[in-house]
Amino acid sequence: MAITSIKNLKEFSTVNERFEGAHLLCPGCAHSMIVRELMNATDDNLVIATNTGCLEVSTAVYPYTSWDTSWIHIGFENAATAAAGAEAMYKARKRKGTLKDPDAPVKFVAFGGDGSTYDIGFQWLSGAVERGHDFTYICLDNENYANTGGQRSSATPIGAHTTTAQAGRVSYGKKQKKKDMVAIMAAHGAPYVAQLAPNKWKIMAKGFQKALETEGPCFINTVSACTTEWKFDPKDTIHITDLATDTLMFPIYEIIDGHELNILYRPKNVLPVEEYLAAQGRYKHLFKPENKHVIEKIQKDINDFWEYLQRREEARV
Amino acid sequence: MKGVLATDRRGVRELGAEELVGWDEVTQGVVLNSFDIELENVAHIPPEERPYSDFNSYTATVASWRVIKPVYNRDICIDCQNCWVWCPDTSIISRDKQMLGIDYDHCKGCGVCVEVCPTNPKSLLMFAEAEDPEAALAKWPEKKKKEKK
Ligand SMILES: Cc1ncc(C[n+]2csc(CCOP(=O)(O)OP(=O)(O)O)c2C)c(N)n1
Ligand code: SF4
Ligand code: SF4
Ligand code: SF4
Ligand SMILES: [Mg+2]
Repeated sequence: MAITSIKNLKEFSTVNERFEGAHLLCPGCAHSMIVRELMNATDDNLVIATNTGCLEVSTAVYPYTSWDTSWIHIGFENAATAAAGAEAMYKARKRKGTLKDPDAPVKFVAFGGDGSTYDIGFQWLSGAVERGHDFTYICLDNENYANTGGQRSSATPIGAHTTTAQAGRVSYGKKQKKKDMVAIMAAHGAPYVAQLAPNKWKIMAKGFQKALETEGPCFINTVSACTTEWKFDPKDTIHITDLATDTLMFPIYEIIDGHELNILYRPKNVLPVEEYLAAQGRYKHLFKPENKHVIEKIQKDINDFWEYLQRREEARV
Repeated sequence: MKGVLATDRRGVRELGAEELVGWDEVTQGVVLNSFDIELENVAHIPPEERPYSDFNSYTATVASWRVIKPVYNRDICIDCQNCWVWCPDTSIISRDKQMLGIDYDHCKGCGVCVEVCPTNPKSLLMFAEAEDPEAALAKWPEKKKKEKK
């Protein structure tokens, strides 16, 4: 595969972009930062499937497309299905000798939001990974159904306010913990699974390249800060993402072949989770005295999970 | 049954026109071509040389979204490309490792580039959309002694 040099940002910046501007994502939306980086990480041909969600509705608003590559829009559940189908067809045509350029390098990629990945497209993703298609699935995890106005998903963290898990007099927002999708995908035995973040551009680009190079189904969960539903100023997308990775709310790690866990980023100075929560409107209510216990729980969960990751890494099992 | 016909070439058929068509005549899906000719290896063709079609959002603009805009000061810039890697709207024009400026057709004025610019003073600053670029440069702040967090 032809990978782009990511030795440093100057070299990386010489790529010819294939994701165009004048899409209609909100100003400061992290979805497009992640998509740009994936497309810039390789110069192979790309076949990309995107299911319904902010990314899809904003980059294919008739009569415009923002994609300079083969791109398929498909229904909410089926990013993985479409990518898997295209990959299977490609393989079959290669076998039959009906491809115009059988040696051209092609990579198959699927983008889904957390709503589609963690909830509604879950069984189709699971199926495509179990069948072993050679593709990379990237979840743009903004922890809510943003495109339809911010409903809770199973990726929404405990304590967050969403339109269907509201904070108010009787509730502190969502009551359930975020689903551990990375572990679930690793349990499928996928050869490469990771959680990455756009503020750590080099780690993310490396992870993308690894996933694209790896034969078989790969899954990457990316934290995608959503200025509209998380309620922060658009200019702060990277700052918020820094807080996410440096409070360990979003630890950055990979799992190879379902078991070998590597932590990819260790903050020099781990910040208390309050700093991350206080920077976003969706957690505002947690700072009322009666909700102090929720913040304590979030912090404890973070500490426990970090401990778990470190032990898993050490154990090499 | 009423259906809307769509085709893969704007203008070939009247788009958006409502016609009475059978259920099996409605076009299944729409194909938009990003370029006017079939291209191979788009990743090897610089944007300047691409035959963008009218369907490509590159040919559209979102400039009217902005109320504030980033202004670029070449004199201070160190070409680190932070602004390039994090711009969500592919609006930092970088060629041959150099930052050349802002694509005001596609910039939405989010201000991310200003936040991630590491120089002191910053090489990018937000100004009112109506501000004249020369006037903005004339107002550029001095180097700050020490930034208090
Ligand atoms: C089967 C189905 N159910 C519901 C919808 C409506 N719908 C469209 S986008 C969307 C939310 C998408 O959320 P997510 O996948 O997290 O992506 P985001 O918009 O947050 O990036 C919903 C519920 C749909 N299109 N199809
Ligand atoms: S609602 Fe959130 S995810 Fe959707 S476009 Fe806006 S910032 Fe991006
Ligand atoms: S203001 Fe936002 S859209 Fe405009 S150039 Fe800066 S980062 Fe890009
Ligand atoms: S972030 Fe600032 S210093 Fe770096 S390339 Fe952009 S304008 Fe220049
Ligand atoms: Mg979402």
